[in-house]
Amino acid sequence: MHSNNGTDPHAIGTKLPAPEARYDMVVVGAGPAGLAAALAGAGEGKSVLLVDENPVPGAAMGNDVPLLFGGRMTAATQNAQRMLETVFMSEPMLEAAMEAGVEVLLGTSAWGVYRNGPGITGLPESVVALADQDRGWIVGYGELVLATGARDLAIGFPGWNQPGVMGAAALERLLAHYEAFAGKRILIVGSHDLALETALLARDKGVDVAGIVEVRSAPQGDAALAEAVRAAQIPFYLEDAPAEAIGGIDGVERVRLRSGAEIAVDTVVLAIGLVPSIELIDAMGGKRVLDGARGGYIPGANAGVICVGDCAGLADIGFDHVAYRMEWARELGKLSQPDTIVCQCEEVTRADLLGVQPPRYLERPAPMAARSLDTLIADGPPNPDQIKRLTRAGMGVCQGRRCRDQVAMMLAMAADGPFGSVPLATHRAPVRPLPLRILADWEESEDMRAGWDVWFGIPTQWVPYRDIDTPREREHQQAIAEGWSL
Amino acid sequence: MTYVGMPTPSETPQETMARIAGTAAKMKVVIVGGGVSGLSAGWWLARSGAEVTVLDKGIVGWEASGRNGGGASHYQSPLFEEEQRMWPHMDALLGYPTEHQQERLVIAVSPKQLNQYHYLAKMNNDMGYRVDLLTGDQVRAMVPLAGDNCLGGMHYRFGGHANPQRSVQAYAWALQDLGGRICQHSPVTGFETAGGKVVAVHAASGRHECDAVVVAAGPQIQALMAKLGVDVPLAAARAEMIVTEPAPMMPIGGVDGNGLYGRQTLRGNLAYGGGPHEWLETLEAGPPARPSSPLTRNLARRVAELFPKAAHLNVIRSWAGIVENTPDGRPIIDRMQDPENVTVISMSGVGFGLSPASGHAVRDLVVDGACSFTDIAKLSLSRFDGIGADWREQRGWQASKADLAA
Repeated sequence: MHSNNGTDPHAIGTKLPAPEARYDMVVVGAGPAGLAAALAGAGEGKSVLLVDENPVPGAAMGNDVPLLFGGRMTAATQNAQRMLETVFMSEPMLEAAMEAGVEVLLGTSAWGVYRNGPGITGLPESVVALADQDRGWIVGYGELVLATGARDLAIGFPGWNQPGVMGAAALERLLAHYEAFAGKRILIVGSHDLALETALLARDKGVDVAGIVEVRSAPQGDAALAEAVRAAQIPFYLEDAPAEAIGGIDGVERVRLRSGAEIAVDTVVLAIGLVPSIELIDAMGGKRVLDGARGGYIPGANAGVICVGDCAGLADIGFDHVAYRMEWARELGKLSQPDTIVCQCEEVTRADLLGVQPPRYLERPAPMAARSLDTLIADGPPNPDQIKRLTRAGMGVCQGRRCRDQVAMMLAMAADGPFGSVPLATHRAPVRPLPLRILADWEESEDMRAGWDVWFGIPTQWVPYRDIDTPREREHQQAIAEGWSL
Repeated sequence: MTYVGMPTPSETPQETMARIAGTAAKMKVVIVGGGVSGLSAGWWLARSGAEVTVLDKGIVGWEASGRNGGGASHYQSPLFEEEQRMWPHMDALLGYPTEHQQERLVIAVSPKQLNQYHYLAKMNNDMGYRVDLLTGDQVRAMVPLAGDNCLGGMHYRFGGHANPQRSVQAYAWALQDLGGRICQHSPVTGFETAGGKVVAVHAASGRHECDAVVVAAGPQIQALMAKLGVDVPLAAARAEMIVTEPAPMMPIGGVDGNGLYGRQTLRGNLAYGGGPHEWLETLEAGPPARPSSPLTRNLARRVAELFPKAAHLNVIRSWAGIVENTPDGRPIIDRMQDPENVTVISMSGVGFGLSPASGHAVRDLVVDGACSFTDIAKLSLSRFDGIGADWREQRGWQASKADLAA
């Protein structure tokens, strides 16, 4: 028998902890779909936990997590208690859910879903990992309902990487739920329903809407909505596009359109489209499928997980969102320069992305400079995760929210393929940026502590070569391996 | 560019390259596995003039080679001095950035850790590799993110770290620049043998004729070598890492300890791994998934303990990689007797940092039949002759039944 006696004290074994609590149903996201699911679950007598990340911490908003806030939130968002009250009051159904017996946790994000499957069997059960402003923890679930909604699609153009360029979902969040929009006068990019609804909401909330820019020759959304926008005296700039956002220290001050028109605004609202929030499904290794009519990548069938609302896919109204956003990406790409930033966190330019060049703090010797996306494509289908590793696009603190989709579009165009021919870069847990001290398990088990080893804890592995098969070998094994638990 | 506390090499890497040029002219070599060990071997062979083809089931460096901690300080290995000699020159030799940085610090936040680091320091100094002991205050002066909980540490005056993903791609590109071919998405389906040699390798990309074969396919080595009637005992396991958003740059980025391995990247991110692994079955086609687990939280805790002044930094990703281990955790670098033109290399989970040296060793085995620069006899496959079929069970290294079912 080997000295291990048939057990490996450093293997995962049963070291991963049981969840802190367990619910028949955990619902992530307290929008209309999540609330409805939670109420239905409670109505069936299930124990239900409903978590919602709103209000999101001010620091996360500053990194455009989870929506493209573009730095246009007021200082009110720094007051967590006030925000909690505002968010609670903005959704009357939350109180109804609580009265129905649903446990509601606001300001709580779900950052991972873990379950046993290929490559992992050490979990005591399927869990969803949560975090609030103070700590992280895990809970077990019978059913998991994801109602994580949809997030902003960003497509870059010159000057988009400054405060004042934001997304329509972020604006809606700030206007309708946070009461914390800092802008005064906005220009909306895109003219499908999302853009038209955004214009009307902004107008209703007292924001000056300077216009709607549309790359195609006519407004794309519902005719009645377009008529309402016209009736509100909001002009359309058709067959046009933002050529540059020009600004100062506080961000955007005006926008120059391709047609030459200059419009004084403090905020550009990207309302070209929304992307279903599939982060949790993707990070858990779940299936995802591409459906242009439903907003792009949406969850496939995933056992034990139910997706509801926009995260399951936008309502199919016969509009090809992907074709529409690709048209925008092509146009904004034409208006961009080689040095237009694609990835804001890592300051990756368009030229560096398509050239597959490393960040500026590294040297680019001649062989490196000669490489490009074309040479990479010659080696086989380009993989976005490979390009991410080489260029760092999507590797920053926003976790690729600002650039993941536009990078996928740019790569597809560069590879002369349709969107999806180069897949979307993968998501990883934690799907929200979370401080080490919050994420940390400060209550870990003795089993985990005692079995921890820096690597595999194989006593023979680190013995100096010259001492192998000598009397010194045993001494080293005892000193540097067998007592190595920390 | 050499290290304090290391023997002075008899030859510069550039001189080595000049010496080996043309020594393998016209030799056709097929490398099975485009991980860091296979790519480095391919690069060394191409520098020797061989016609190299690398076959990979997926993308180069996609498995553990591109997912590890990037350490390059392996004093236990017979390849160590070659590792130290080569790394400072790799950017220039390859023509692509690897982000290699010199030296390492290991810092303790418990008395037990400190004792162990003191043992390691003495062990290295006894071998002639200089390691300086540090007090807590000395560590705090050198490691701005360290905290009051730090009790001391050690400073390797050798070693270092590099960016695994960039380095793997650098090897691959440098190999192409030398005329080598890399066939991605091309799993090997079989070997064609004649006269005690492999004469061709069959893969999704076609039939590749060869004078020599290097099998460097990580966990998949076992199934591939079984096709040639050779038993290579390997056990695959999953290991995990996390990474934070960038922190202010520390003077030496290669800082670890507290049960962690890892580094601060040149961008500033803190990338660390460690802790329990999960033993897995090995599928011939490669792992179906590389999931991370809530171990992320235990890693986060240890990074926060290691760097209390970074505890507010956001973790932005976690990931896992699948590595193989030999029964004693030491590499196998060996040329077979039958078929006699096949060389096997498994670095047993510790291959990235040693890659500049392991490639040289493989080049020597393939071209000359013996390693020219160090003794690697104790890394032969034959040390496992007669190992019982239940060697995994004896060590508690078997995959759980659930993994088999999955």
